Amino acid sequence: MAIKTQPVTVNLGPQHPSTHGVFRLRVMFDGEEIVDVEPVFGYLHRGSEKLAEERTYTQIVTLTDRMDYVSPMLNNQAYMLAVEKLAGIEPTQRGVWLRMIAAELQRIASHLVATGFLLQDLGALGTPLIYAMRERENILDLFEMLCGARITNSYLRPGGVFMDAPTGFWLALDRELVDIVNTLDELEEYLSGNEIVFSRTKGTAVLAPELLINASITGPMLRASGVDWDLRHRNPYDYYDRIEFKRILHTASDNYARYWVRVQEARESVNIIRQCVAQIEPGPVRPSFDDVPRLIRPPKGDAYVAIEGSKGELGFYLVSDGGIAPYRMHVRAPSLINLTLLRDMLIGGLFGDLFVSFGSVDLNMGEVDR
Amino acid sequence: MTTPWSGAALAEAIEAFAPGSTDKSHGGDVWLKPEAAFMVCEGLKSRPEFKFDLLSSVTAVDYIDHFEVVYHLTSLPKNASAVLKIRVGLGRTDAVVPSVVPIWRGADYQEREVWDLMGVRFKGHPNHKRIMLWEGFPGHPLRKDYVTYDQSIVASLAPDDGAYAAGSETAVELGTAGSQPAPGAGAEA
Amino acid sequence: MDPAFLDNSLWRNIYCNLAGDSAGCAAREYSAGMLPTGMEWLAFALAAAAIIGLFVNGVLGGVIVLIWGERRLFGRFQTRTGPNRWGPFGLLTPVADAIKTMFKEDVVPKDADRILFNLAPVMIAAPALLVFSVIPFGVGTYVADLNVGVLFIMAVTSLTTLAVLTAAWSSGNRIAILSAFRSVALLISYEIPMALALVGVIMLAGSMSLGQIIGAQSIPFILVQPLAVFVFFIAAMAEMARAPFDLTEAESELAAGYLNDYASMKFGIFFLAEFMAEISTSAIITVLFLSGWRGWEPVPSHLWFGAKLILVLFVIIWFRMTLPRLRIDQVLKLAWKGLFELTLINIIVTAVLIAIWPEPTTTRLWIMAAVNWPVAIISIWAVSKLLGTSGYDDTEPDSDAPVYPVATEQIPGSAVHISGVTGPDTQARISSPANSHIEQGGN
Repeated sequence: MAIKTQPVTVNLGPQHPSTHGVFRLRVMFDGEEIVDVEPVFGYLHRGSEKLAEERTYTQIVTLTDRMDYVSPMLNNQAYMLAVEKLAGIEPTQRGVWLRMIAAELQRIASHLVATGFLLQDLGALGTPLIYAMRERENILDLFEMLCGARITNSYLRPGGVFMDAPTGFWLALDRELVDIVNTLDELEEYLSGNEIVFSRTKGTAVLAPELLINASITGPMLRASGVDWDLRHRNPYDYYDRIEFKRILHTASDNYARYWVRVQEARESVNIIRQCVAQIEPGPVRPSFDDVPRLIRPPKGDAYVAIEGSKGELGFYLVSDGGIAPYRMHVRAPSLINLTLLRDMLIGGLFGDLFVSFGSVDLNMGEVDR
Repeated sequence: MTTPWSGAALAEAIEAFAPGSTDKSHGGDVWLKPEAAFMVCEGLKSRPEFKFDLLSSVTAVDYIDHFEVVYHLTSLPKNASAVLKIRVGLGRTDAVVPSVVPIWRGADYQEREVWDLMGVRFKGHPNHKRIMLWEGFPGHPLRKDYVTYDQSIVASLAPDDGAYAAGSETAVELGTAGSQPAPGAGAEA
Repeated sequence: MDPAFLDNSLWRNIYCNLAGDSAGCAAREYSAGMLPTGMEWLAFALAAAAIIGLFVNGVLGGVIVLIWGERRLFGRFQTRTGPNRWGPFGLLTPVADAIKTMFKEDVVPKDADRILFNLAPVMIAAPALLVFSVIPFGVGTYVADLNVGVLFIMAVTSLTTLAVLTAAWSSGNRIAILSAFRSVALLISYEIPMALALVGVIMLAGSMSLGQIIGAQSIPFILVQPLAVFVFFIAAMAEMARAPFDLTEAESELAAGYLNDYASMKFGIFFLAEFMAEISTSAIITVLFLSGWRGWEPVPSHLWFGAKLILVLFVIIWFRMTLPRLRIDQVLKLAWKGLFELTLINIIVTAVLIAIWPEPTTTRLWIMAAVNWPVAIISIWAVSKLLGTSGYDDTEPDSDAPVYPVATEQIPGSAVHISGVTGPDTQARISSPANSHIEQGGN
């Protein structure tokens, strides 16, 4: 005899421990099985794009810090590249190297957060999360040496960075790079040796590469499906064309693959930073105020620049009307766009996998809602 | 290196399979006619010379007298990029463009965001609802003529009328008398 | 006087001090009681009240220490300090927490069924305390030595789920209901391997009385019944809903599950009951498998019991801190396809061994252990092979036939910066990205 069951609609969020911010999912369950999902956004919408229209180009850096608040350096980098393209500013060599080092450190930090929180979503009571966050703290200490701030860095300026790294930074960076590898080894031991992690993540939320591309999903999620697409390699910005690095690919395209790709990419970022440190030379970290004034007035026009952010293609579209503030700023937010396939990932799965799949997207609500 | 299509070349290539669908081209941009946009996008995705399979970004700009919807396309097989623009809502009329969600699912949330914040309607969108703000929110905030809620409240209060102005006067008087102006003192007055 | 009370020193000491007519206390020096003759019924009642007070407060004190210890251990596991401010080594932190919890506002949701909502904390606390009544904490230190002690424990611990279901149903919260469904599914699945795991112990001891089971353990049954320990430990973790089986509370999925709508001391009681269950489970494992209070003189039996209890608690906390949560289908699969079979193997092997050596002496127990350990290792290995997740077949992206065609042509030596800047000696340093090779997927 078939039992007649009635689906139940549950609101997960906006206040929920695993929504990575303020986010609501209206989920319809049939028992434990997910029948329907409707994401509800906007709880953290601060109108950054509108605010940017009232601020000068240099002031907007502070807004970008607050978008994806686990990778502000990458946001700074994407924004500054857009400003430089729009205004035709030539960055200084040392400034570019410094911001590449900062960006790669930030990528490691962001991937550590993603990995730690994925394990947290899997139900590990904080231990792996704290191991990951402890290493992120050390990276934030490096940022503190660079610019005095840990999260809201605002380190980058048009044409370079705010100030040169202090002398102690290089030694601390060397030590930290060793520590990062050790932490990643630790995390990977936990990941590959743990039957529960493996059985929970393998074969869940599998997405075909064609579907991912059609849904504009980029970054580690796309590379976990075997598509060799990394903007650092395909469209090298800054000095990424002078760096040799491996592209991390996995063909399974499930939660495990996404997780694995992130850990390996963090490893590869260490390699990139080492190459940056080997190639950096003394010099000014940003153009003089004669070349790039405090108030930039880019010529009329628009510019779109995308970088490989920690979550995917992070793009800034700037429109200038010749004034000191952008006429319009738009952020191509990978966190929001990577959620496009949320329904495909979740429907038909079990409740237990809901937040694991959700966490494997690696999203940040500050960037989703902006 | 991703090769950007120049506007002129792209317009020419589009005209080759969809005559009369482009408005003009300049720099790296091609302006499409709204009514032909869907057909052109379909061709850009499927035709072997373009293969624009990744829709990077959809956004819109308010140019006061019209809106401009901007599409940034990327082709993975060719490692090329292109910029499409559509002018709609001339004279601030109702701005409608065809939705490209049937072609690129990645446009789903982005078009909803454009509708929510800029007020450009996407015809044929499967779930044409606001995304960041709630249904019933007055206006579309990214428009240049949008008046924020607090501004509209202040504007609605005449300087010599209502508790707002009277309250501030009372507070000043209390302050000059040497006592601490209590919060809400104006309301009592 | 019931002779069953005579070796119960807890009971006898209190009763005999009070009772005037001390028939049952003839052998003791304080045969003249405090109460006049004929008031034995009052002595009986007072002794009962005293024991109840002693046990409840003892258990609550234990819970306080456990909360502190668990949090300190969490701190150690997570490379932080844990609570260390209030009192020596932060010992008073749980007291402060308890006071805070008591003074919080008691919120009852509008849609809640008030009667059941208020009843649920009582329903969960009563069985959690009741379990302690049969546990011998040391020589003669127990409330009652039932001859069906093991059955009593199984029956009483199952009641917890009824309370969970009541709490979830009465709070009128859908997330809570999902949590209660999980709780019931866990109970139904894990009660069976749990009970069957104990069959081997009961067969060896020839009794269901916890006192006699301790008596039968001339060597701890953990050595004789490795499979039973393994299954019972996992099933007990599931019954307690502790990580990796904390599906009912599943913080990252259900927020707090059935506890979502509870506040103030009602929440506190659930919290206490959870920790009481942890202590009682550890005590049961200590009694059944670690030979309870048995040890070597001159260390008192209570200390032996306490040491073993703390050891089991430590292992439970260790598990909780380390492992992520299983999914509901995996949890049920583990119970029905894994643990159930293991218990059957254990019962058959133990039954055969007992048929060969009907009266297990110490030497015979050692022989049984020698037989049981290889059986346990082989069967656990076989079950893990059957139920475990296999690795990926092949995660290497084929460079000739990529999963998705991506441009392969590169502009060699291209150093065009995004804003048109070319580095001074780019050509010399350039390593074309096309040369960088692709890392293959692992596993």
